[in-house]
Amino acid sequence: MSTFFQTLIVGLRLGSIYALIALGYTMVYGIIRLINFAHGDFIMVGGYTVIFTIPLVLRLGAPAWVSVLAAVVVCALVGMSTELIAYRPVRKKGTNMTALITAIAMSLFLENLAQAIPVIGPNPKVSTQIFRAGGIRFGTVTMEYTTIFTLIISAVIMLVLYTFTQKTRLGRAMRCVSEDKAAATLMGINVNHTILLTFGIGSALAAVAALMYLAQYPKVYTTMGGLLGLKAFVSAVLGGIGIIPGAMLGGIVIGLVESFTTSYISSSMADTFVFLILIIVLVIKPAGILGKNVGEKV
Amino acid sequence: MLEIKDLNVYYGVIHALKGLSLTVNDGELVSLIGSNGAGKTSTLHAISGLLPVASGSILLDGKDLLKTAPNKILSLGLAHVPEGRHVFARLTVEENLLMGAYIERNQKKIQENLEKIYSYFPRLKERYRQLAGTLSGGEQQMLATGRALMTNPSIVLMDEPSMGLSPLLVKEIFSIIGTLHENGITILLVEQNAKMALAVADRAYVLETGTITMSGIASALASDDRVRKAYLGQ
Ligand SMILES: Nc1ncnc2c1ncn2[C@@H]1O[C@H](COP(=O)(O)OP(=O)(O)O)[C@@H](O)[C@H]1O
Ligand SMILES: [Mg+2]
Repeated sequence: MSTFFQTLIVGLRLGSIYALIALGYTMVYGIIRLINFAHGDFIMVGGYTVIFTIPLVLRLGAPAWVSVLAAVVVCALVGMSTELIAYRPVRKKGTNMTALITAIAMSLFLENLAQAIPVIGPNPKVSTQIFRAGGIRFGTVTMEYTTIFTLIISAVIMLVLYTFTQKTRLGRAMRCVSEDKAAATLMGINVNHTILLTFGIGSALAAVAALMYLAQYPKVYTTMGGLLGLKAFVSAVLGGIGIIPGAMLGGIVIGLVESFTTSYISSSMADTFVFLILIIVLVIKPAGILGKNVGEKV
Repeated sequence: MLEIKDLNVYYGVIHALKGLSLTVNDGELVSLIGSNGAGKTSTLHAISGLLPVASGSILLDGKDLLKTAPNKILSLGLAHVPEGRHVFARLTVEENLLMGAYIERNQKKIQENLEKIYSYFPRLKERYRQLAGTLSGGEQQMLATGRALMTNPSIVLMDEPSMGLSPLLVKEIFSIIGTLHENGITILLVEQNAKMALAVADRAYVLETGTITMSGIASALASDDRVRKAYLGQ
């Protein structure tokens, strides 16, 4: 029984990291119908920012996790620059296919750029302890502080994000732009600013995810966003791409599938099961768990 | 006053508007009639900045709309009810109306306008929490109209408000348009339903393949033989 609970907790922790990343994919897809392949690499950018700012933060007497603030700023800037420099010009001139190719190019560009920076280089870097070590025992189950913080922070962020999109003026503007750009313009909404804001928020979430990922797996390397980003993307599709609660749900489901497969079957099967679940769900419900099967809106 | 002079618009090689000129004076209800594909929607899109203009000028109270960012045009007092309504389907009725007041920051004014719209369209009030996508066509038209009125615009462009509605609803929508006009709102109305559009308007223009071919007092046009033959089916 204690294995079960331990597995459940690990799954939820992993799942909330996937969910935070999946939100970035889904928000960008929702607003410009683009799969932002570079989003996984924003995690890498966040990871390095955390690693490089931890010594500074510690010298100031603050706990290591405070470095996430720097990562949030850097990731938001990188995300918004990507939109401004690469995606916006292509969106004006090109087709969906050119935009997709640009996204793949951006991903490769960020990974190679990182390698070319001397302080980063090709070898992985290891992070120091991020949250305090140890944990709290509940009967036979131990909850590490890392887990507790990860779960609480993700839950709070998702709640805030959901409230923002549902209840605030800017959040409503975002939903309008994702639904109908011409009508949004007629309402006086600056569509380009709204898209930029979406990139900023999505990339900032990737920075938080990077911190939590490092808290668990303290290693940063330039291609770390690859598989991590892919699984988060799978989460977004599983939940219903473009739907914010879908990304949250999809992330949790993928995290649980991965941790239960690892515990009860074999860790080498975990990724296989993740993609198997995706295929099964998409065959039954092509638009994802929370998606409406109405075909793409044009 | 809205003044359009010698407007040219292209879609690639298609010359959609060929030197179009028209004027809407303050307080007037002007109808722009013409058959499908004549260029009515293109005209309204050019005014609202949704469509690039090759040459010509569009002035609103002397301000050059072609030099105004599309999302700033509403704040100059020009609202647009687009063809096909374009309500935000996944937002509720009330959220749609609030989006109409996106540029307004004064909460008190927003609430006042919301109440005013609900008094124009009691049916919207009954359904304020319903998703706009689940409304009937007529209700969506009311919502799109109400949404455009949320900032007290001085001029409203309306693109085929009667499209796809039952005869009874068409009557209702036109009676609302008449009321808005009586309340002093300037309106540029685009319609394929020439009969109703001419009945409610002060003046009208006839648009044929991108060119204005006739214009004048609406009642005079309604009794013109060419208009009767081509647009009124008589
Ligand atoms: N997006 C577009 N691409 C190419 N041609 C268009 C487009 N929209 C309209 N047109 C053409 O421009 C002309 C005018 O269209 P439109 O303004 O929609 O007419 P109306 O509103 O009077 O029916 C038509 O010939 C139409 O085929
Ligand atoms: Mg039209």
